[in-house]
Amino acid sequence: MEEVDVDPTVTNIPGIRHGKHMGFAWGPGDILVYETQFKPSGSLLPDAGGAFIHKVRKDEDIYSPILRKLFNESHHIFVGLQTIKEDVPSKSKRHQFVSISRNYRSVIRACMEELQQVAVSTRDTEMATQYGNQVSILLAIELIWNLCEVLFIEAAPAGTLLLHLLDWVRLHRADVEEKAKDVLQSDSPAEHHNYWDVVVSYVLQGRLEEARQMLGKQASLQPASRDIYKLMDGLLSKMPFFNPAGTQTLTEFDVKWKNWHEEVDRCLSDNSFASNGHLELICKILVGDEDTLLEQKELLGTWYHFLVTRLLYCHPTVKPIELHYYAQSCLTMFLDSRSVQEPLDSILLAAFEFDIYLVIKDCSIVLNNWWFVAHLTDLLDHCKLLHSHNLNFGSNMREFLLREYASGLFTHHSLWQCAVDYFDHCPELGRACLELQIERVPLDTERKALKVLRICEERQMSEQVRSICKIMAMRALRNNRLGSALSWSIRAKDAAFATLISERFLQDYCAKGTFSDLDLIDNLGPAMLLSDRLTFLGKYREFHKLYGEKRYKEAAKLLLSLMTAKIAPRSFWMTLLTDSLPLLEQNEVIFSADQTYDLMYCLEELTSSLDPAAPGADRPMQEEDVEQTKVELLRLSLARNLSKAIVKEGTVDT
Amino acid sequence: MESATYVSQKISKTRWRPVSYSALQQPDIFATGSWDNEENKVSVWSIGDQGRSDLEDGFEGDPQLLCEYNHDGDVLDLQFLDQERFVTVSSTGAVTIFRHHQNSQTLSVTQQWAKAHRFPCNNAPSTGVACSTPEVVTVGEDGRIIVFRVDQEGVVRVIDNADSSTLHAVTYLRTTEVLTVNSIGQLKLWDLRQQSSSPSQILSLSGDRVPLYCVDRHPNQQHIVATGGQDGMLCVWDVRQGNMPFSLMEAHSAEMWEVHFHPTNPDHLFTCSEDGSLLHWETSSPSEMPSFLQGGRNSSMTSRSAMAPAGGNQSIVSAWLRGDSSKSRLETTHMLPTQTLSVNSLDVLGQCLVCGTDGEAIFINRQVPV
Repeated sequence: MEEVDVDPTVTNIPGIRHGKHMGFAWGPGDILVYETQFKPSGSLLPDAGGAFIHKVRKDEDIYSPILRKLFNESHHIFVGLQTIKEDVPSKSKRHQFVSISRNYRSVIRACMEELQQVAVSTRDTEMATQYGNQVSILLAIELIWNLCEVLFIEAAPAGTLLLHLLDWVRLHRADVEEKAKDVLQSDSPAEHHNYWDVVVSYVLQGRLEEARQMLGKQASLQPASRDIYKLMDGLLSKMPFFNPAGTQTLTEFDVKWKNWHEEVDRCLSDNSFASNGHLELICKILVGDEDTLLEQKELLGTWYHFLVTRLLYCHPTVKPIELHYYAQSCLTMFLDSRSVQEPLDSILLAAFEFDIYLVIKDCSIVLNNWWFVAHLTDLLDHCKLLHSHNLNFGSNMREFLLREYASGLFTHHSLWQCAVDYFDHCPELGRACLELQIERVPLDTERKALKVLRICEERQMSEQVRSICKIMAMRALRNNRLGSALSWSIRAKDAAFATLISERFLQDYCAKGTFSDLDLIDNLGPAMLLSDRLTFLGKYREFHKLYGEKRYKEAAKLLLSLMTAKIAPRSFWMTLLTDSLPLLEQNEVIFSADQTYDLMYCLEELTSSLDPAAPGADRPMQEEDVEQTKVELLRLSLARNLSKAIVKEGTVDT
Repeated sequence: MESATYVSQKISKTRWRPVSYSALQQPDIFATGSWDNEENKVSVWSIGDQGRSDLEDGFEGDPQLLCEYNHDGDVLDLQFLDQERFVTVSSTGAVTIFRHHQNSQTLSVTQQWAKAHRFPCNNAPSTGVACSTPEVVTVGEDGRIIVFRVDQEGVVRVIDNADSSTLHAVTYLRTTEVLTVNSIGQLKLWDLRQQSSSPSQILSLSGDRVPLYCVDRHPNQQHIVATGGQDGMLCVWDVRQGNMPFSLMEAHSAEMWEVHFHPTNPDHLFTCSEDGSLLHWETSSPSEMPSFLQGGRNSSMTSRSAMAPAGGNQSIVSAWLRGDSSKSRLETTHMLPTQTLSVNSLDVLGQCLVCGTDGEAIFINRQVPV
């Protein structure tokens, strides 16, 4: 047995009595659980368990109306990503991937903001907590995604790397902004109790321009210490930042930075700021003093902020491969008091170690749905960062995760349509999954059936098309809508079913003497050729039309050909022959002599096959009589017509 | 087109609330209906800036939800009766009239005919509704045409077995005449004054049997109708002349769900489709007559493959019905950015267009070039 990564969580099912045995069945998104009575094998007593089946769902998120926006919007981005051409030069490709990654993040942010708003505005405390939880999950997701974007997708080299990490920290520590606003809006900002917190926070985030502006306010209040404020201002303004767009090389930058660092160090060692504790603290931060930084735990908040600040003031040219070393040490230094390492910490640490697989694995364990890992993995796979690493589930990781995510969506009443595109981009098993799922979409209206059919037809899933049309045809048949049923079976090119329905039409005709659904039967067109019976139905109706229009000759010819060409089923021949009676009885000769012979031949074939000796037993006498009279009447008419025809044809000849 | 507003429900119908033409107003309120959700809804939205002060740089914000109401079953069609009331038809076969109370911003049901459309032992989805106040006419999968009168409890008239297949849409040609389209490609005209239960005229594209899903009548010339169906083709018909379409144009690569003439500028026509696109058709003709009406029946079949708009936003100029008059032109423009899921409904009024998709998004365009 494989090792279990984390202990599984225990969910108590309310309604199942304690100590009872449970049975369960897997579903694509849910598990069905029911109470059973465990019996040693052999004794099959009727189950006396509870009368309820419980549906247990791991992922509640797809039922959140706000998160649905995330699923829909990201679906759009996902589809866009799949269509990026392979032949684009890799540099512009990376640019595209970064922008797609940002699109995903902006969708997460939008969702988060909306959740935050409803969390604040809702009165229901339980809901508020739930929204709050979702916000914090999305926050964590966005934080991880952003870091992955910087490290893996952007793959910034030394120098630029730190700039990106700074942006990352600034974006996720936006609370400084709020505090600064408070301070600036107060009557005397410099005396606000948060004033120094804001200044120090700015310095910790490397936002030195803002820090200088803030300090300016204090300096103007303290003319006595103007000099040291000026000195600090100088230090802050002189700190070099790497400019990736400029011509400066990394070595040049390094030299410049070291000079600046020495200058700060000098200020510290000659006690320039000894008279002002706040400024001295800032100076110590600038010089990168670890103990001072650690004292600012409150303001730093997290170990990764500490990491970035430490890199900023000690190792601004850190290389990607060195990151993990600093990350690990910062984590240890920062956490020693708290000691507990949370899942988010280990995920970020794994990212700093460039262990993509561990990031994805840990996220899969912690998060309750596949949205994040599926989309991130897909994006990383497009960046060619994942090796074709086959899992023991028969496909690679990207496909596995996408499929899990899509299967989850497919269980949803409404989101199943989005899932289709995800299956499309799973080359190995996506189609098979889609085939299995699409057939099981409940079809309440024709409109929905048409949409499902379009999905199948676009993918040449003829088996599923057949099955869906058959479901719809059966539904129509049950509702006594023969016309609709026939339309559906024609669409599916389902000959057997078309035969069945044509049979029903003919039965109806025999019973009522009129056709129903003429608008359909008259307009069969080439669809008539789908099944023999349908052809017969169409042709037979054509005969009636011709007869109605008094085009007797054509009608007669058609009627005869229905029998001689064996289009009409034998059981229907008697009806057809009876239909010929009024034509035979017309004053004018309609059937020629040859045609009459053919008719006679048909009649004889029919009567001989009926075997006159046997049937008397199981047929009522009356019906037998009627049949017998019909045959005799036909024979008489045929004979009379034959004589007329011979006379007429003879006359024409002479 | 402005950016999408995601609304957490698949939108089956969008309709502008009518405006009074004398005031030359632009519409600012629209209603939507959802489908395929566990709980479907009708919702009323505003695109005005009522009570919103945070509009920056003239950017107009997303539509704001004014009120919503649960709807039993999918909303399969929705039409405004007047400024306050609209009718919906449902997959449960029900026909419902809603009232939008503008003072309190609430919705209420004022009238309902439950199970108006039904099979012998089951509900039948109702698929389309048309209004000519005070009359309302609906069609359904049961092949029935039902006429209601607002404020009258019973049913005015039922034509049973009006069609052997499903009727997908209905429109008024004049106050006493309606036109239906069905799933075997026929247009049927019904004179409601006649008591017979057979249509006064049947038009069809012979042989093809391509199901038709939508129909709209030319606002000024009531004998001209446009239809769209399963093959995404746009057909323009003149119901006075013969039973063949006047012209046929390739429009979409999948089912066309709706077609609308611009109500005041009928040289413009809009179509939307399962393929996720929304097309704006513009005919520019030097003569008085729009080029929908030029050309003859002979050229209609050849124009079938004359054009196929490609993806993207560029417009394609094609000399529609070239054989007849090279001066008339037809221009089509894609109005949505690339999209994958179906655009189920659109409505256009004045310079404003609204459409809703299966991607659970609503798009608004406030500057349709008409």
